[in-house]
Amino acid sequence: MAMDDIQVKDGVDAETVEAVKALSGTYKYGWNTEIEMDYAPKGLSEDIVRLISSKNDEPEWMLGWRLAAYRRWLELKEPDWAMVDYPTIDFQDQYYYARPKSMEKKPKSLDEVDPKLLETYKKLGIPLKEQALLAGVEAPEGERRVAVDAVFDSVSVGTTFQTELRKAGVIFCSISEAIREHPELVRKYLGSVVPVSDNYYATLNSAVFSDGSFVYIPPGVRCPMELSTYFRINAENTGQFERTLIIADKESYVSYLEGCTAPQRDVAQLHAAVVELVLLDDAEIKYSTVQNWFPGDENGKGGIYNFVTKRADCRGDRSKVMWTQVETGSAVTWKYPSCVLRGDDSQGEFYSIAIANNMQQADTGTKMVHLGKNTKSRIVSKGISAGKAQNTYRGLVSMHPKAKSSRNYTQCDSLLIGNKCGAHTVPYIEVKNNSSRVEHEATTSKVDDDQLFYCRSRGMDEEEAVALVVNGFCKEVLQALPMEFAMEAQALVAISLEGSVG
Amino acid sequence: MAAPSQQKVNTRALCDAPLIESSGVWSKEARMMASARAQASGLPQRRDEYWKYTRPDAFVHADVTLQASQRSSLGLFDQRATISVAFEDGQIQAAALPSAAHCTLESLSSASGLDLHWARDIYGHLEAAGQKPVQRSLAAVNTAVAREGLLVNVTGAVAAPIHIQATSSGQSDSTIHHVIKVAPGAEVTVIETGQYGARSNIVLEVDVADGGRFQHIRVQDGNERHMLTHIFGKIGAEAVFKTFTLTAGGQLTRNECVLQLLGDDASVSVAGACLGDGDFHHDDTVFITHDAVNCESRQVFKKVLRNGAVGVFQGKILVKAGAQKTDGYQISQSLLLDDDSQFLAKPELEIYADDVACSHGSTSGAIDVQALFYLRSRGVPEAKAIDLLTLSFVAEAIEEIEDSDLAQDILDHLTNTMSAQ
Repeated sequence: MAMDDIQVKDGVDAETVEAVKALSGTYKYGWNTEIEMDYAPKGLSEDIVRLISSKNDEPEWMLGWRLAAYRRWLELKEPDWAMVDYPTIDFQDQYYYARPKSMEKKPKSLDEVDPKLLETYKKLGIPLKEQALLAGVEAPEGERRVAVDAVFDSVSVGTTFQTELRKAGVIFCSISEAIREHPELVRKYLGSVVPVSDNYYATLNSAVFSDGSFVYIPPGVRCPMELSTYFRINAENTGQFERTLIIADKESYVSYLEGCTAPQRDVAQLHAAVVELVLLDDAEIKYSTVQNWFPGDENGKGGIYNFVTKRADCRGDRSKVMWTQVETGSAVTWKYPSCVLRGDDSQGEFYSIAIANNMQQADTGTKMVHLGKNTKSRIVSKGISAGKAQNTYRGLVSMHPKAKSSRNYTQCDSLLIGNKCGAHTVPYIEVKNNSSRVEHEATTSKVDDDQLFYCRSRGMDEEEAVALVVNGFCKEVLQALPMEFAMEAQALVAISLEGSVG
Repeated sequence: MAAPSQQKVNTRALCDAPLIESSGVWSKEARMMASARAQASGLPQRRDEYWKYTRPDAFVHADVTLQASQRSSLGLFDQRATISVAFEDGQIQAAALPSAAHCTLESLSSASGLDLHWARDIYGHLEAAGQKPVQRSLAAVNTAVAREGLLVNVTGAVAAPIHIQATSSGQSDSTIHHVIKVAPGAEVTVIETGQYGARSNIVLEVDVADGGRFQHIRVQDGNERHMLTHIFGKIGAEAVFKTFTLTAGGQLTRNECVLQLLGDDASVSVAGACLGDGDFHHDDTVFITHDAVNCESRQVFKKVLRNGAVGVFQGKILVKAGAQKTDGYQISQSLLLDDDSQFLAKPELEIYADDVACSHGSTSGAIDVQALFYLRSRGVPEAKAIDLLTLSFVAEAIEEIEDSDLAQDILDHLTNTMSAQ
């Protein structure tokens, strides 16, 4: 369904409609790279799990872990509670491992990487070069450097700035490398945030994950640059199962960015990732995602099924995690980046803009599980639906009996563009002590009274004041995005939630 | 006077072998279909999402022994002129029900033997319509087996409220099914107080035709008693439907309200206030479907909880495609007076129309210490100050009651109940 046919009701900002249109025009990243690939045989079995493990030269314990996950997965049922509808996935009709032939022998440095692969990332606008640093040239004012781990189908192509990061004590490498080089850390933390049997897709991922990123920030270290992983699905009929593990030790800080794209194909492809964040005392992680998987064509053909489990465990006191996500891609999204606020005074934040157009379906939100005292969480979620898309916010705020004096504030708004789409809100609120305060709001007329009063006292009429405050919230999500996503943010900045339905 | 029924309604057995034969001719088909629905969907399970925060076991198990108790709401509304209908242990007591202008009152038991009855088009039909998207099989069981209930046919503006006063002293189960039909432009207020049995399963089906007005006020009390209620409402164009429930007592209460707005420009309000103390689990589950243009719906729920009491709110507004200009409002708030009490909420929206305004808010927290300090500094004793703040907290729900006299009665009753606690 073309956006031009859509009748937009009065009150919806014209600029917003334009911005959504522009986003859902031709998918910019839909081309594919012609490259020779090695595939594992189609289908899923214990042999495939063993094969993936051996391709990554994994130790015995890792294989055992994978096999246990695989056996558990066989007993699990695919969840059906999300408000998404898609044909049954044939898990035997997929490739679980696809590697460019040139990657058979792991390149020692980026110079040895197949130029075709490098070209792919260049075309995507991902900097895989370290020239500025190598040439000893100072980076121009305002330009920040980002270390990148580039994952192409099932393998990591390379990770930049590793040497410089190592000087700071930061470990940033592919997870397969980490399993070989830092088994003590991986064994200690892998699966400690998202247990093997957590849910259907996480269990599947535990069995067959092929690569992903690993980050360890030692105590007291502020990571000298932003870290980033760029995921590219290229091969056909191939599922991508990446695993990311980030450990922020005491008093450390890291900002991590994640981007993802895939070629335009007629057949839907599966992506089931697991991201685990561990935060010790006083640590802080800022995790930002711009999810731009191929959304399928306007008739709903093709696209990525994005079933992702992301969770942060604020184990340490005063630790802080911030999830920021801009979701514009994927045919089906099933994703709930969550925070377990275990340490006292820990904080979790979740900022999300989810835009669904054409036949896209998004069921996304967050869980804030307050376990420690004085924990704080904040949820700001904006969902926009257009075309025939369905967009659902699903979230949980849970205050356990011991989470005394904790605080949650949730604001979630939906905007419908056209009368053939849907916007849904499914929040769960569980409060088990009385010193905590939980507030859930989802309306333009329920904005903070103080802010409203301030605006009114400066001579604005009520409507103007409400619009200003609400739009301020939307900008808030964009401002939480790091500089590197400035381009994407710019495209979204025109979006306002004027005319939102609730 | 009928002897109090001590028979346990074995819901599980009823689902397996429905006992329809002895029931009335006009309701037989509805009963058979309800029985088939209940059997097809099965009884609710603990793992059902729809029963996420309340365990259905106590409503389903055969071996629950409870004792109904003295009513605390006795005498409430006595100073108002009402059309009084008494239920004792699940039986309508008056041999001849009172008569009033513009309405007829009948008991389900006495009407059952008739071949034809106006209630035939409503009985079980609104309940059946309310089985989607989630199955409310205990309501279907009620339709299949209910022997007693009040059938009210409203044809004009009824001057005084109809007051159903239920009392029970035994350990009986009660399955009651009321049907109310409000003709175009007609008006009625129905008050329900007390407890029908130690364990009750109550269904109220209300069909409000175009331009009709229906107001429902309910006061639930008691100690041990368990109560499951369902209201199924069908609301026509420009009609008004309002229901308010005050719950102050009872171990376990689940009030479900399923309303369908089928005509343009209609308006509904579902409100509730509860005071929970100790062994008290209170669940409000509301599902409002907007299927017409320019309708308004309001859900206002306030829960005051202490000493381990649990308050649950599951509310949903479904706006169907084409239900433009919908104005949906939903607020659920809890005031937790101590650290042991819990508030569990799931305020949902499902919207398929773009020109609508739906808002939902939910908050939970303790009493405002600043407000408390202010009152204390003005010489108000702490206990009194807490009562005052509690009253102001639930006021928004009571304000949903249209009739100011009845609202005042509720407020007075609430004040007395609090000072008694």
